[in-house]
Amino acid sequence: MLYDLLFAPFADYVFMQRALVGTWAMALGATPFGVFLLLRRMSLVGDAMAHAILPGIAVGYLLAGLSLTAMTLGGLVVGMVVAVLTSMVTRLTRLPEDASLAAFYLVSLALGVLIISSKGSSVDLVHVLFGSVLALNNAALLLVASIATLSMLTLAVLYRPLVLECFDSAYCRSVSTFGVWTPVVFLVMVVLNLVGGFHALGTLMAVGIMILPAVVARLWTQQLGTMLALAVTVAMLCSWLGLLMSFHFDLPSGPTIILSLGGMYILSALFALRPQRGKVDSVRQFLQ
Amino acid sequence: MLSQWLRCCLLLLLVTWLPWVHAEEAPLKAVATFSILGDMVKAVGGERIQLTTLVGADSDGHVYQPTSADAKTVAQADILFVNGLGFEGWLERLVEASGYKGKVVTATEGITGLPLADGDNHGGVDPHAWQNLANAKTYIQNITRALQDADPVGSAVYAINRDTYLQQLAALEQQLAETIGKLPEDRRSVVTSHDAFGYFAAAYQLKFLAPQGINTETEATAKDVAALIEQIRAEKITAVFVENMVSPRLLEQIAAESGATVGGTLYADALSPADGVAGTYLAMMKHNIETLYQALAAK
Repeated sequence: MLYDLLFAPFADYVFMQRALVGTWAMALGATPFGVFLLLRRMSLVGDAMAHAILPGIAVGYLLAGLSLTAMTLGGLVVGMVVAVLTSMVTRLTRLPEDASLAAFYLVSLALGVLIISSKGSSVDLVHVLFGSVLALNNAALLLVASIATLSMLTLAVLYRPLVLECFDSAYCRSVSTFGVWTPVVFLVMVVLNLVGGFHALGTLMAVGIMILPAVVARLWTQQLGTMLALAVTVAMLCSWLGLLMSFHFDLPSGPTIILSLGGMYILSALFALRPQRGKVDSVRQFLQ
Repeated sequence: MLSQWLRCCLLLLLVTWLPWVHAEEAPLKAVATFSILGDMVKAVGGERIQLTTLVGADSDGHVYQPTSADAKTVAQADILFVNGLGFEGWLERLVEASGYKGKVVTATEGITGLPLADGDNHGGVDPHAWQNLANAKTYIQNITRALQDADPVGSAVYAINRDTYLQQLAALEQQLAETIGKLPEDRRSVVTSHDAFGYFAAAYQLKFLAPQGINTETEATAKDVAALIEQIRAEKITAVFVENMVSPRLLEQIAAESGATVGGTLYADALSPADGVAGTYLAMMKHNIETLYQALAAK
């Protein structure tokens, strides 16, 4: 009975196994970066970036057709251009970073819609571009898994500079040669995860799996290590739950996974209703 | 002095053009909402009309977003052809916004719509009436009548074009009925990516299953996909078809898991570009039937 409810769908159907593997790979690769985005107060950057990379993906599609490599490269290039322009404008004018990011992502999104529309109707290409959790083919799975692997390797190498950068970026730049490059590599990895998630799972899923588990984990713990582990666990658990609900209750899979993450967030927020103090103490201790 | 000279010139121009204008007036500006309808209007109107199609080849007419150029086209049109049965949900607003005051011709007038199997945003009626060749006759009659009303001078030409087209339709209808007639009873189930073949299925006694609802907007659920895989296995369905407008990934996965083969591309709501396999309505219907037959007849 319990087996039928929780495990049988995955044992019986290959597409369910693929969906689970795909979302778990996203959880392993994207969620840790979501935690760092959150700690750098950049939670909405993921969202903005997810829209900003559209013209790159569209150009990739127009040039090379439905090639995952071309579209990923296009998205990556445009994402990086937006990121670099944003930080340049922030440094050279008095606009805050979120304002210039908002400006660039809107321009970029509009450009993307324009490019897509030039190839007939705007809607059908969007259907082609954005994947679905239930339609993971080998190429899409391979892409997500490679990006997840690369993400974890990057994280292993850059863990300390990243943490330091989060809390004192000037100090980080002065003590380490890594320091200057850390934010750049960080942004590349964020964009890469988003682009990969885009094709494989769709926009909502890509950003959702990156940010929501991080927010949940942040509500439960101050310890960075625990936070990362918890976020990944929550992401995996909710993907599994969401897929099961989609299977048993006849609900669209992507939104169901995101909503189960959302439910987890609301529950956690209720439990965490108390004044938060000394938010970075533990991290300072960890660094000393 | 100058104005006199100008007037003289104008008069001269008018006099020289008058007989010419009379002999060959400007062609009727006709607008059709999507490629399949446009092809039929073109077949009847021929040289006498100047046709613009709003939703072009390989594009989705259900969820089309009109551009300002479309509004301009509609505003300047003499006559506007629509499919009706709720197919063009975006049309009413476009007509209103463009200020078009002319006649809106509904090509499906007189056709009794089939009810939708499930999930509707067309008011419970399946709009894909053109998927039955018998209905296409009504389309052609409606189009001809409307063109004759709008342009009485060309009445005879339209009638000739109509008769030619109806003959082609009848010939194709017979040919396709014979092709499908050769299929045994137990080899008449296929899977496609969206429920666009209700009329087609009814006309040729075929059974179509689809993993999505009626339109290309909704996302499939895991339960739907699992049910479809079970059904394909249980009914020993051999062929799965993709459509020209929908991402093939989901269907390819379903085919791979259930052991069916991907039989080819069917054209439901839009023609292929003119040089493709389904550049006209007749070519499209022929292509669909032949693709289906080949996949279903194969052992």
